[in-house]
Amino acid sequence: MSFPWAAHYAPKSVFTQWIDERLPLPRLVYNAVGAGYPVPRNLNYFWNFGVLAGAALGLQIITGIILAMHYAANGAIAFDSVEHIMRDVNSGWLLRYAHANGASFFFIVVYMHIGRGLYYGSYKAPREMIWLLGVVIFLLMMATAFMGYVLPWGQMSFWGAQVITGFFSAIPLVGEPIREWLLGGYAPDNAALNRFFSLHYLLPFVIAGVIILHIWALHIPGSNNPTGVDVKGPQDTVPFHPYYTAKDGFGLGVFLIAFSLFVFFMPNALGHPDNYIPANPLSTPAHIVPEWYFLPFYAILKSFTVNFLWIPAKLWGVMAMFGSILLLFVLPWLDTSPVRSSNYRPLYKWFFFALIIDVLVLGWLGQAPAEEPYVRLSQFCAAYYFAHFLIILPIVSKIERPKPLPMSISASVLHGEAQESAPFGAGGVATVPARAS
Amino acid sequence: MANVEVVDQAGVTEKVEGVGVRRRDWLNIAAVSVAGVGGLTVLIPLINQMNPSADVLALASIEVDISKITPGMGIKTSWRKQPVFIRNLTPKEIAEANAVDVSSLRDPATLAERTKPGKENWLITLAVCTHLGCVPLGVTEGENRGSYGGYFCPCHGSSYDTAARIRSGPAPLNLNVPEYKFNSDTVVQIG
Amino acid sequence: MVRIIAFLAGLVFVMALVVAMLIPRQPAVENTAHHFHVEPQEVAFASDGAFGRFDRQQLQRGFQVYKEVCAACHSLRHVAFRDLTELGFTAPEVKAIAKNWAIEVPSVNPDTGEPATRKAIPSDMFPSPYANEVAARAANNNALPPDLSLMTKAREGHAEYVHGLLTGYRKAPADLPAEARPGPGLYYNPVYANLNIAMPPPLVAEGQVSYADGTKPTVDQMAQDVSAFLIWTAEPKLENRKRTGVAVILFLLLATTLAYFAYQNIWADKKAKPLPQA
Repeated sequence: MSFPWAAHYAPKSVFTQWIDERLPLPRLVYNAVGAGYPVPRNLNYFWNFGVLAGAALGLQIITGIILAMHYAANGAIAFDSVEHIMRDVNSGWLLRYAHANGASFFFIVVYMHIGRGLYYGSYKAPREMIWLLGVVIFLLMMATAFMGYVLPWGQMSFWGAQVITGFFSAIPLVGEPIREWLLGGYAPDNAALNRFFSLHYLLPFVIAGVIILHIWALHIPGSNNPTGVDVKGPQDTVPFHPYYTAKDGFGLGVFLIAFSLFVFFMPNALGHPDNYIPANPLSTPAHIVPEWYFLPFYAILKSFTVNFLWIPAKLWGVMAMFGSILLLFVLPWLDTSPVRSSNYRPLYKWFFFALIIDVLVLGWLGQAPAEEPYVRLSQFCAAYYFAHFLIILPIVSKIERPKPLPMSISASVLHGEAQESAPFGAGGVATVPARAS
Repeated sequence: MANVEVVDQAGVTEKVEGVGVRRRDWLNIAAVSVAGVGGLTVLIPLINQMNPSADVLALASIEVDISKITPGMGIKTSWRKQPVFIRNLTPKEIAEANAVDVSSLRDPATLAERTKPGKENWLITLAVCTHLGCVPLGVTEGENRGSYGGYFCPCHGSSYDTAARIRSGPAPLNLNVPEYKFNSDTVVQIG
Repeated sequence: MVRIIAFLAGLVFVMALVVAMLIPRQPAVENTAHHFHVEPQEVAFASDGAFGRFDRQQLQRGFQVYKEVCAACHSLRHVAFRDLTELGFTAPEVKAIAKNWAIEVPSVNPDTGEPATRKAIPSDMFPSPYANEVAARAANNNALPPDLSLMTKAREGHAEYVHGLLTGYRKAPADLPAEARPGPGLYYNPVYANLNIAMPPPLVAEGQVSYADGTKPTVDQMAQDVSAFLIWTAEPKLENRKRTGVAVILFLLLATTLAYFAYQNIWADKKAKPLPQA
């Protein structure tokens, strides 16, 4: 275990001892998310989103396996089988709405989780591997979500498949053959639908596997914390169970309330009406947009409108869109500042908030029509996105003079953590509750 | 309980820090119990979804025209996706069925109990062997009817007589008689 | 090294975007359809809101409008006759409705194997008025009457859009440019996205349908009733969903409150006691 003062698992009965000697699974759980994992005592509510992301994946896997019992991956009847689930299968409407909105909520919590990592420098040494695995999970999630959206075989499903596989045709020379290989045809049809279903079923289990690696890697250095200061001793930590299991239980309740409001009272608010029209290869909907969680990347794709340096605009767009995610892989080496938490980085903090606003605006621009002033605005925002990570961040790391760090986590706690750990910093503007006190 | 135990353990850490133990444990127990009740309730739809769906239940009854089935003939039809035998028994077959000593049967029942009054010649049974669910032979002329002139299951050799009662072989029960009624002399409604 | 490569890559991406931003654009032309488009008016339905329930009388009236007006051209392929029991019809009534439905269900002649039709039974879906899309287009001046099962979920504006469209037919305004005027077989309806729709006005006169419950069959009333009916066809489990939702939210509020106090309870001894402000 990471810290010498971590509690050790002691079997409480003859039976658990018998198990422990043969398959130490209870011990593994105890050390991973039990009392045997010491966690910094000053984590704020932004640290709830990792567990919530795990819960969202579990929800998606359970509802997904059940939906697969009733869904038919065949172009002729896929749409009807979804309606069959909605109308005739016992509680089918609940399962389908939970799965469709579950995808959105999975992305909401993962975006919060990523944002927390960015603000508190959780990607920095010695936690680079956790971050890299996280980016892999994010990529797998995007692939899974895209393929899942194709399965109802409505108009948005079909044209989403057409447009996204169209990205690959931007690759010079081999692009078109790759696209045909992906689709198993010249346009999305039965072959594509079936392979998307197969992979959509498979990938969540791959994600679960990478999450295990993600958590394993987390347990080597232990969790980061709002000060970004390393754990110095037992006074800085509390056991994960019961302290953070209790906090995560409360967080899960809040998450489920928000989730249920969508599932039961506005289940289609995050979807698109056109996906209730069966796929029609002969007619494109007037206004095609991806699901909301892809909109910022879609805006980046759309913002490249001119050929530049002998490379066509289409290829620029596709490279930029993939690049905008892949650049996260090198983030730990772009940010050279030794200070993790932005609470102590007066300059970087403002660029961080600029990035959050930038991404939100990109998301809004992603669904805007391709006309002025939206196009120029999205070009500006896309430019900031790349500049932020690739140009500004390394420079800021060099020139910034960080504020003095607290001596230790427990010292920071004694000074009033609400001020130290809130994202709006130590200036006394503690608008975000750090932890209920 | 596990929760409470570990709370105690946390209490140990705490004593090290010199703070007294004063905890309202009922709150933790209540929270965990309510969450448990919620979790169990969620299981209901997750399990119930495997029950037959509304469209399957809607197919629960069918009407069959039996005007073209002459004595000695039988047909196989489908009800709830299960095969059903409808057989028009000849007087000889009825006599054979009635001649059997009911108390000697593995699953005692008379032909009259297995048909409708006044329609003793119409034997309507599920075509599902009560052993392991194969479809017995014998409804069509020329098929193996086994040693008792009724139906013969080729899977494990169960023989049924002309009232579709089990006479030999591993099957435990007579062929099941579904719920049915005669809407007219020529139309029977099953289910 | 990583940072140098990243810097150069970032520079190239930013330059590609800056070049794109600097290129002059055509000013956006005003879209005629946009200019004349009319948003559907707001309509209150009994099923709206967290506690919304269907008005079964209204659904039955809406079903009557569908049956007597819409069903001649529009299918309802995801809805079965048996579902009508949810509108308050009894099982024998549903059986009679199915049996007397104007369109028969395709089947096969049991003696010859030729295609044939038979009377509908409760377990059948509503039969389509046309054998296939080609037949539907041929009968409708090359326009395809869409299936109505999911209509209120498949259009921006939902049931209000359906009501707005049914009551939105107008005379084309005098200042409408010639290219936006309805051509042959088209009708001016500013609620429809491109202003001209191939569907002739379906609800034209008061009393087109005579309601058994004594409701006055104005055009607006008929349009509201059929829209309410189409909310039900698109989401027959709506009441079930909202009722379950209220129970789930109440339960979660209780559970979360308990979880909060349990969390506070467990953390009670770890709470920081901030030093008094100097």
